[in-house]
Amino acid sequence: MAYEVELRNIDKHYGDFKASDHVNFGVNRGRLIGLLGPSGSGKTTILRMIAGLERPDSGDILIDGQRVNNLAPGKRGIGFVFQNYALFRHMTVRENIAFGLKVQKEGKQKIRSRVDELTHLIGLDKFADRYPMQLSVGQRQRVAFARALAPSPRLLLLDEPFAAIDAKVRKELRGWLRETIHKLGITSIFVTHDQDEAVEVADDIIITNKGRVEQTGTPAEIYQLPRTPFVADFIGESVHVPDYTVFKGFEAGEDGAHPGIIRPEFVEIGLNDKEIAMPLAAEHGIVRATYFRGSSVEAHVEVKGQILKAGRSLEKPPLQEGAEVRVLIHRILSFGDGKAETVENKSKRKESVVI
Amino acid sequence: MAVSVTRNRFLSADFEAKQQRTSVSSEIFVKWLLIFLGAAFLFVMLILPLVLVGFEALAKGWDAYLAALTEPFARKAFLLTAEATVIAVLLNVVFGLASAWLLTKFDFRGKAVLGSLIDLPFAISPVVAGLFFIMLFGRMSPIYQTLQDLHVAVVFAVPGIILATVFVTFPFITRELVPVMEAQGRSEEEAAATMGAGGWTIFRRVTLPNIKWGLIYGIILCTARAMGEFGAVSVVSGHIRGKTNTLPLHIEILYNEYNFTAAFAVASILVFLAILILVLRNLVEWKLERKSERSGNHGL
Repeated sequence: MAYEVELRNIDKHYGDFKASDHVNFGVNRGRLIGLLGPSGSGKTTILRMIAGLERPDSGDILIDGQRVNNLAPGKRGIGFVFQNYALFRHMTVRENIAFGLKVQKEGKQKIRSRVDELTHLIGLDKFADRYPMQLSVGQRQRVAFARALAPSPRLLLLDEPFAAIDAKVRKELRGWLRETIHKLGITSIFVTHDQDEAVEVADDIIITNKGRVEQTGTPAEIYQLPRTPFVADFIGESVHVPDYTVFKGFEAGEDGAHPGIIRPEFVEIGLNDKEIAMPLAAEHGIVRATYFRGSSVEAHVEVKGQILKAGRSLEKPPLQEGAEVRVLIHRILSFGDGKAETVENKSKRKESVVI
Repeated sequence: MAVSVTRNRFLSADFEAKQQRTSVSSEIFVKWLLIFLGAAFLFVMLILPLVLVGFEALAKGWDAYLAALTEPFARKAFLLTAEATVIAVLLNVVFGLASAWLLTKFDFRGKAVLGSLIDLPFAISPVVAGLFFIMLFGRMSPIYQTLQDLHVAVVFAVPGIILATVFVTFPFITRELVPVMEAQGRSEEEAAATMGAGGWTIFRRVTLPNIKWGLIYGIILCTARAMGEFGAVSVVSGHIRGKTNTLPLHIEILYNEYNFTAAFAVASILVFLAILILVLRNLVEWKLERKSERSGNHGL
C-alpha cells in the first residue's frame, strides 16, 4: 500500500542542536498517527517539516508519492492545527473557517455551504459570529480544527492539540477528535508528549527521542513489545531494577548485571498463598507503603531489597504496611546491548507443568 | 505587683500610641512635601513654558500674532515642515513595517546587529546625522559631480531636509511594532501560509489588522518628532528663507533677529500641534488599553 506521507533520511540542525537525526517513517492512508516523545525530542520539528514551515537540511519528504521539499506550505494539501490554535483574532469563527477557501478563490456559495457544514460538524453553529476571544479554549480548538479542514486537505497535522485544555474537557475532546477524524477518513498526524493521550487516540504511535525515531507500532505493540530501552522506560510506569536475575524464575546462567524494568501490571500481590495463582513462582515481600488511587490501590513492596510497585483491586482485603506478602512477578522487560525484550517468569511454566 | 504591671503596660501602650501619632503626622508631611515638589517641578518645567509661549506670542496683540503667522516666510516654513513630515512619516511607515516584519517573522544571521542598527538614530546626535548627509551628498562627496550633472540638489535643498527627517525618525515605528509583533508570534501567519495565502495576503489580511493600533501609535510619535526636528535639518538646510526653512528653523531665525513676538507666535503653532498629538496619543492609548482589557476578560 502506498504511503500517504513518507520521510526519508531527514536531518535537521538548529545550530549545534540536532533536531532530526536520520528520520525515516511512512504513514499509511487514513491512519491516525501519534508522534510521541519527551519535549525536545524533535517531534514538532518533524510535523513542521511535513507542513513546509521548516526545511530539512537533507532527506526527502513525500506526500502521496510526490517529493514536496520545495513546495510552499499552502501547496502541499495539508491542514495544520497549531498548539495555541493561532486563530485570527480579528476574525469571527465564520471568517476564520472561510479564510482558506477565500484564499483559494472559491465561489461565495460554496464557501458559505462549506463553512455551515463545518460549524455544524464542530457543534458551534450558534457561535459562528463570535470572535476567538469570546470562546472557551475547547471551542477554540474545535474552530482551529474546522479551519484546517475547510480547504479539504489530504493530510491533517496537529501540534499538541490538547496541551492547553484542562483535564476534564481534554478527555472529552480526545474522544471527539478521534471519532471525527475516523469519520472523515483523513490521514492525520498529531504531536504529543502525553503517552496516555497517544495510546488512547492514535492508531499507530511513532516514538521519538533525541531527534531519532525509536519505534513505530500500534499502541499495544509499543506497550507490550518495546524494542529499545528508551521506549521501555518511557511508556507505562517503570520501576528500574539493577539486576533482575535475583528474582525467582528469572535466574540466568551468565554472570554480570542484568538491568530491567518491572511495570506495576507485571506484579501481583497476595496476602497469602491462596490469594495468588501460582504460589511456587512467587517471592516473599514486605509492604512498605500503600496509596489509594481511586479505582485501585498502589502498593510498594520490598522484595530482596528492592522496591516494586503493584496495583491491587479494592475488592481484595486491604494490605497493611509492614505485612509480609507473596509477590508474583509475571514478566520483566530486560535490556542489554541496547535492545529491550520481555522475559517471562520461568517458574510459572514449571509449576503449570507439575500440575 | 499586679497593679504596677498593668500600669506599666498601660503606660507603654500610651507611649506607642503617641509614637504612632507622630509617625503618622510626619508621614502626612512627607506626602504633601513630595506632592508639592512634584507639582512645582511640573509647573516650572512644563506648564509655565507653554503659558509663556502663548503670553509672548500675544504680547503685541492679536493683529501682530496673526501677521507673524500669515507672513509669507512663515507660511512657506509651515508648508515645508508639513511636506517633510508627511513624506518622512510615509517613508517610515513603509520602512518600519518592513523592518519590524523582518525582525519578528524571520530568523537570519545578523538579526541582532540589524536590530541595534535600527536604534542608531536614537543614539546618535542629530547634528552628527546632518553632517553625515553633508559628507554623503555635499561638495566633498564623490557622487557630488554626478548629482550636479543630473541637476539634483540634495544638500541645502528640500530632499536633504526630508532625508534628515527620515533618518532621525526612523526607529519610532519599528520600535513600536516589534514588541507587538513579537508578542503575537508567527503562528497566525504560519496558519495563513498553510492555507495557501501568499506573502502579501498574509500581511494585509492577518498581520496588518493585528498591529493596526501599534502602527497608529508609532505614526503619531513619528509625526511629533518629524515636525520638531531641528539639529539634523539645521545642518543640511542652509537656512534659505522661503526655500529651506522649516518651522523650527524659522523660529530660530526670528529669535536671533530679536523678533520675539513673531518667534513665539510661530512657536505657538508647534505647541498647538504638539498638544493635539498628545491628545491623539492618549486616545490611541486608551483604545489600546480597552482592547487588551476586552481580550483579557475573555482570555484563558
